[in-house]
Amino acid sequence: MERDTNFILGIYDDEDVLKEAVTKVRENGVKIHEVYTPYPVHGLEDLLGYRRTRLPIAAFLFGLLGTCLALTMQIGMMGIDWPMIIGGKDHVPLPDFIPVTFELTVLLASFGMVGVFMISSNLKPWANPRIFDLRITDDKHVMAIDIANNAKIEEATIKELLQSSGASEVNNKSFE
Amino acid sequence: MQVTSSVREPLVTGGKTYKDVTHDVSRQVEGKPTIGWLLGMAVSIGALLLGGIAVGATVWEGIGMWGLNKTVGWAWDITNFVWWVGIGHAGTLISAVLLLFRQKWRTSINRAAEAMTIFAVICAAMFPVLHMGRPWLGAYWALPLPNVFGSLWVNFNSPLLWDVFAISTYFSVSLVFWYIGLIPDFATIRDRATGLRKTIYGALSFGWDGAAKTWMRYESVSLILAGLATPLVLSVHTIVSFDFATSVIPGWHTTIFPPYFVAGAIFSGFAMVLTLMLITRWVFKLEDYITMVHIELMNIVIIITGSIVGIAYITEFFIAWYSGVEAEQYAFINRAFGPYWWAYWSMMTCNVISPQLFWFKKIRTSIVFTFLLSLVVNIGMWFERFVIIVTSLHRDFLPSSWAMFYPTWADIGVYLFTFGLFFTCFLLFAKFFPVINMAEVKAVLKSSSEKVNK
Repeated sequence: MERDTNFILGIYDDEDVLKEAVTKVRENGVKIHEVYTPYPVHGLEDLLGYRRTRLPIAAFLFGLLGTCLALTMQIGMMGIDWPMIIGGKDHVPLPDFIPVTFELTVLLASFGMVGVFMISSNLKPWANPRIFDLRITDDKHVMAIDIANNAKIEEATIKELLQSSGASEVNNKSFE
Repeated sequence: MQVTSSVREPLVTGGKTYKDVTHDVSRQVEGKPTIGWLLGMAVSIGALLLGGIAVGATVWEGIGMWGLNKTVGWAWDITNFVWWVGIGHAGTLISAVLLLFRQKWRTSINRAAEAMTIFAVICAAMFPVLHMGRPWLGAYWALPLPNVFGSLWVNFNSPLLWDVFAISTYFSVSLVFWYIGLIPDFATIRDRATGLRKTIYGALSFGWDGAAKTWMRYESVSLILAGLATPLVLSVHTIVSFDFATSVIPGWHTTIFPPYFVAGAIFSGFAMVLTLMLITRWVFKLEDYITMVHIELMNIVIIITGSIVGIAYITEFFIAWYSGVEAEQYAFINRAFGPYWWAYWSMMTCNVISPQLFWFKKIRTSIVFTFLLSLVVNIGMWFERFVIIVTSLHRDFLPSSWAMFYPTWADIGVYLFTFGLFFTCFLLFAKFFPVINMAEVKAVLKSSSEKVNK
C-alpha cells in the first residue's frame, strides 16, 4: 500500500483552541488526516467525527468466552472426567465454581481487549511510527492534513485557515 | 472549557506548564543515578543477598528450617503472604476505583502505586511457592493439568486453589493496566532521547504516536480495565480470607472475614503508598505533583479503612460471645489475654488507635507524622495477620498439643529477602520508568493547576 507522504501541520498550544480549530477546519471542507496530542483531549474524537470504539464489545465477548471456558473446565474435570465426593458436596458444586469462573472471565476480558487494542492501534515493540513532530509527546497538539487528500483546495488556503484558527506554527512535513 | 471551583485546592502547584511536567519527570530517567539511589540500591541488594541465604537454606533443607511445628503449621509464611498481598491492593484501588469515581488526584500517584502492587504481589507469591517445600515438584500441582502429571485434577472446591487463580489473574491484569498507562510516557522519553536510549524506550513505547484515535481507544481500554479491576481487587482479598474463613478453626470460621480483609488490605496498602511516596517525593523533588492535598486525602482513606478494621475487631469479639460457642469464645479471650496478648494489643494500638490521630488536621497534614503513622499501620497490619493465624492455631483442640511458635533465622531471612526484592524492584522502577503518569497529569493540568501557560 502506498503511504501518504506530504502533510501540512498545524501546531496548537492549547486544547480548547485546538478543539475550535478542528471544528473550523472541518467546516471549511478540509479533511483532517489525524490530530496528535500529548494527552487525551476529551471530546476531540466527536469533533473529528470518529465512530465510537467497539473495544467494549470485544471485552464483553472475551469475558463471555472466559466464563464458558472456566465452567467447561471445572465441570469437565470434577463432574465428568473424575467425579469424587469432596466434603460431601455434589460432583458439580456450582457455588464453589464462582471464584475461578469470575477470575477467568476478568482475565480473558482484559487480555482479549488489550490484545485487540494493540492490534487495532498497531502497537508493538518493533513498530516504526511516523512522528510528525517530536513535541507531540511533550506539550504540542498537532493537526496533520494530508495534501494529496485535499487536492481540490489550494495549499496556501489550508495554511491560512490553520493560521487563522489559532495555530502557533504551520509547517510542512514529508516522509520518505 | 473546563471550569475550576475556587474552593478546590490545585492538584499541581508551582505554576507548572506541560513542558515542566515532561521535564520534571523525565529528568529522573535521563540523569545519572543519585548517591541516595545508589545507597538505597546497595541496602536493598544487601537484604536480597542476605535473605537469599535463608531462601537457599529453605529450598535445600526443606520447611524444617522454619519454626513451624505440628500445632502451628502456618505462621510467618502465610502472615507475610497475606501482608504483602494486602499491600498490593492500594495500587489497583487507586488507579481503578478512583478512576471510576473520577477522582483526579489519583493521576500523580497511580503509577508508583501500581508498580508497588506488582512488586508486592511478587513478594507475596514467594511464600506459598516456598511453602511447597519442593517447588520444582510442587508448583505445577496447583495448575489444572491432566492426571498423568502425578496427581488428580486440582480441587475446585478449595479456597487455596481459588487463590492461585485470583492472585495470578490479579497480577497479570494489574501488570497490563500498568503497562498500558506507561506506553505514552515511554514515548515521551523516546522523543527526548538519542542513541541507545531512544532504541530501548522506542521499543518499550510500542510505536506510540499520540493519535486522537489511539487516545480514544486508550481511554476506553483504561475505563473498562478499571471496571474489571474493581471487582477483581475486591475478589482477591475476599478469596484470601476464604483460606481461613472456610475452615473450622475457632477464630477463623467467621463470615465477617471477606469485608474485614478487604478493608484491612486497603488500609495497609495506602499506608505503604504513603511510606514510599513520601520518600520518592522528597528524593525526586516532586513536591509540586504529590502535594499536601494528596497526602491528606490518602490519610482520610486511612482513617476510614482503619475505623472499618476497628469495628471488625470489635464485632468479632461480640459475635464470639453472642454465638454462645465456647471454643469460639475461648479463641478470642485467648487472643487478647493469652500468651500472645502482646501481639494482640500491638495490633489494636497500631491499627485502631493510632490512625484516629488523623482526625486532627495538624497531624494529617504533617509529613513527619504521616510518615511515622504509615510505618505504624504497616507494623499493625502485620500483627493483625500474625494474631489471626498463630493465636487461632497454637491452642489446638487437644490441650496436650498446645504449642507456641518461635521464628527461626530462616523465617526472618525469607521475610528480609522479600523486603530486598521489593525495594530493589521499586528502586529500579523509580530510576528507569517515569514515576508519575505524565500524560494523565497533563490532562488534568488545565483544570487543576494554579496556572498553565497559554
